[in-house]
Amino acid sequence: MAHFKKKSANTKQEVPTSAMPDIVFMLLIFFMVTTVLREVTLQVRVDFTKGENIEKIEQKRLVSYVYIGPKKLTGNQIGDTMVQIDDALVEDIKSIRRLMYDKLIEQPKLIVSLRVDQSAEMGLVTDVKQELREAGTLRINYSTKREVK
Amino acid sequence: MLLKKKEREAAEIPSSSLADIAFLLLIFFLVTTTIDVDTGIGLVLPPPPDPTVPPPPIKEKNMLKLLVNSQGLILVNEKPAALAEVKELVIGFIDNKGTDPTLSDSPDKAIISLKTDKQTPYRIYIDVLDEVKGAYADLRDKASMARFGVKFDKLGEGPQKEVKEMYPQKISEAEPDKGN
Repeated sequence: MAHFKKKSANTKQEVPTSAMPDIVFMLLIFFMVTTVLREVTLQVRVDFTKGENIEKIEQKRLVSYVYIGPKKLTGNQIGDTMVQIDDALVEDIKSIRRLMYDKLIEQPKLIVSLRVDQSAEMGLVTDVKQELREAGTLRINYSTKREVK
Repeated sequence: MLLKKKEREAAEIPSSSLADIAFLLLIFFLVTTTIDVDTGIGLVLPPPPDPTVPPPPIKEKNMLKLLVNSQGLILVNEKPAALAEVKELVIGFIDNKGTDPTLSDSPDKAIISLKTDKQTPYRIYIDVLDEVKGAYADLRDKASMARFGVKFDKLGEGPQKEVKEMYPQKISEAEPDKGN
């Protein structure tokens, strides 16, 4: 009599894991490259305006931010409209010229993103813009969020 | 001659924990990454004016004057207009091509001048700028549909440049008045 033996039981059922570190490293490198580790603590309130015809800034590394909005005070109160660049409030508008010029030397393709609170008035924004012109940082971007309808 | 043969054990760095370390780093970068893209309305400012060079002459009719006053009211060529009308007016002005003698000669000569007061709310200014940008986007879409059969943002780099040359965005922000 022919004897049939069941064959299937002796194969090893394992997922090969030798390539796992490579895959993980690849992901790791992707996230390392895309991460921008720059965060500022906002000292002014910035409530974005909404717009429809907006464009994306692809290269985040070229962007330098200027925040304009009412100063945050203790106890949820807000004060006068101020300008913040990096981590400090700018007391003298005229000093923006030198600040931005230094940034432009470091990054010649600088884009200045103006993050302006929607309650701000154009007077201050125009003053800042004039300073940016003097500094030579001509590419600007008014930060707006996409309008949801 | 004496040849000593020595079986050496291969020196190895233990690599079993490599994956764990990589995972740890990966998780750190995953958490700290912000994927949200910055969006906004892009503009290029004009360089600071040279006092020795007089400004180039511009024909009055080639310039559409948009004025937003301190109450957020909009004047288009000295006539009051609602925000919703701005886009149509801007499109009519740019795409005039000589039909109306009071409006622009050709799209590449048309200049939009946007002027604001000191007390103009920023929100209204952005709304108006958005409408002007929208007018240009519509015109460019139309032009690229007529010429290439696809929308402007679906075009390649070369044709996109061509359409941009047909409708160059010339948005001028007037020099702020001195003294007030």
